[in-house]
Amino acid sequence: MCVHAVLASDLKKSYGTVQALSGMSFQVERGEVFGIVGPNGAGKTTTIDCLAGMRKPDSGTMSVLGLDPSRNGRELRKRIGLQQQESELPEGMRVSEALELFACLFGAKPRSKELLVRVGLSEKAQSPFSALSGGQKKRLFVALALVNSPELIILDELTSGLDPAGRRQLWNLVNEFRSPERTVILSTHYMDEAEKLCDRVAVMDRGRVVAVDTPRALIETYCPGMVLTLECGSDFQIGKALAVNGDQKAVMKDEYCVMDLAGPEVVVPVIRELSGAGVNLGNLHTKTPTLEDVFLVATGKEYSHE
Amino acid sequence: MSKTLKLCAMELKLYLREPSAFFFTLIFPLLLMLLFGSIWGNDPFPEADYGYIDAFTSAFIGIVILTAGISNLTIGIATYREKGILKRFRAAPISPVSFLLAQMGAILAVSAMGVILLLIAGKVIFHMQFRGNSLEAFAAFFLSCCGIAGLGFIPASLARTARSGTVIANSLYFPMLFLSGAALPRQMLPDLLKKVSEAFPLTHSIRMMQGIWLGDPITEYWVEMAVLGATLALGGFFAGKLFRWD
Repeated sequence: MCVHAVLASDLKKSYGTVQALSGMSFQVERGEVFGIVGPNGAGKTTTIDCLAGMRKPDSGTMSVLGLDPSRNGRELRKRIGLQQQESELPEGMRVSEALELFACLFGAKPRSKELLVRVGLSEKAQSPFSALSGGQKKRLFVALALVNSPELIILDELTSGLDPAGRRQLWNLVNEFRSPERTVILSTHYMDEAEKLCDRVAVMDRGRVVAVDTPRALIETYCPGMVLTLECGSDFQIGKALAVNGDQKAVMKDEYCVMDLAGPEVVVPVIRELSGAGVNLGNLHTKTPTLEDVFLVATGKEYSHE
Repeated sequence: MSKTLKLCAMELKLYLREPSAFFFTLIFPLLLMLLFGSIWGNDPFPEADYGYIDAFTSAFIGIVILTAGISNLTIGIATYREKGILKRFRAAPISPVSFLLAQMGAILAVSAMGVILLLIAGKVIFHMQFRGNSLEAFAAFFLSCCGIAGLGFIPASLARTARSGTVIANSLYFPMLFLSGAALPRQMLPDLLKKVSEAFPLTHSIRMMQGIWLGDPITEYWVEMAVLGATLALGGFFAGKLFRWD
């Protein structure tokens, strides 16, 4: 059995004059939670549609669970669970009916009760789809993606449009179905989500992968430094900070002294020296770089949340 | 097969839960029957032993079949497409053919309900008489539903939004409603339009159902059966090729 759940190489796809994918390549190992992150319009959904055999790329090769999605789409979809962005169910269909129907369409044993408990929708079993909130709809779609006990679960923008509590609930769900036999691919435009959930992350921009690695490694590679901010009052002598900070940069911004540090290992020595020099450390913050900073460095542009 | 049946049962359940969706399908033909019935009554025509309702109930049945097979089917599926519901089914995974067969099954059941309403109204209000063979009449109804829904497959496979679905469905619906002998007797049409209307499957469907109703054996209607069968085959073929999921 091959160790890769997904091999995608040089995928290209255009819609008219818009190039959605311009040489997308990546691999996903079995058992990992793999994130595809990037701003809206980066090509995440097109990538996912290609992987699930719902769209044919113009060129490039793919293997998903050992099958070619462009040729064996229907056979492949029997083995994957797909939560699609912008999809719905008929308004009058009840939650439990949807689960039974889809179990039947997949030829799987119905286990609606178990799945509803799992996604926390047991009380809504008899509610029509139209009466569910945004978060409940998403959770129902996750349950539907699980009816066939898939080897690969693909979640497209799972938490977009949800409030923080709703997002956290879904994060817990994803963490619960981590297992060595099960692979998860999730796309998101929330960098913090990818950082929290994913074993590895592919950062996408304009239809291709600009960086791929574990979130930690990406940050260490692209943004190794840390930022230390000290609220110090206007009579603060920047020389003091520079003296302790050696060859590293410190600048004054309004009431704050902002220092760029080489890495987490120098934080403690710098603080110790500042304290020794009699600086008031009452309002000191350190900021670890995030995947958003990685995006900035890797693409040269600010990450847009739009 | 069990998948298709399950989906079909689900669709029917959704229809029954929200009757507004097919209210028109059931009520419009009934209202026409009451309207025309109150104008013409059901006394025997001169030199015939049957009256208006006896002769034209088949035409009202044709309207039920037309509304369900063209309008309901096209607009229903176009709405599913617009909302991304079809994408959901595609992930299930289900083939376009099983999906359409399930929809056709639901349409057939709705049409049967419409027919039952017409038969009850005809019997109770107009003392309508039926002189054909019931089994043959049912076969003619079944084949008509399949043929008309088969034609409906084509717009249903293509329309991207409920709105465009409505426009396409209407452009098939109204010519057939007026020219196929459904809302107006075909004898009233000028010769040219009579010829044109031979191209509509509903013309064949109504002619066959009317004939069988008044006592003709189904074996006199091979041409009509062939036209309806061919329409279904053609619609199925195009749907298989053209069906869009999003």
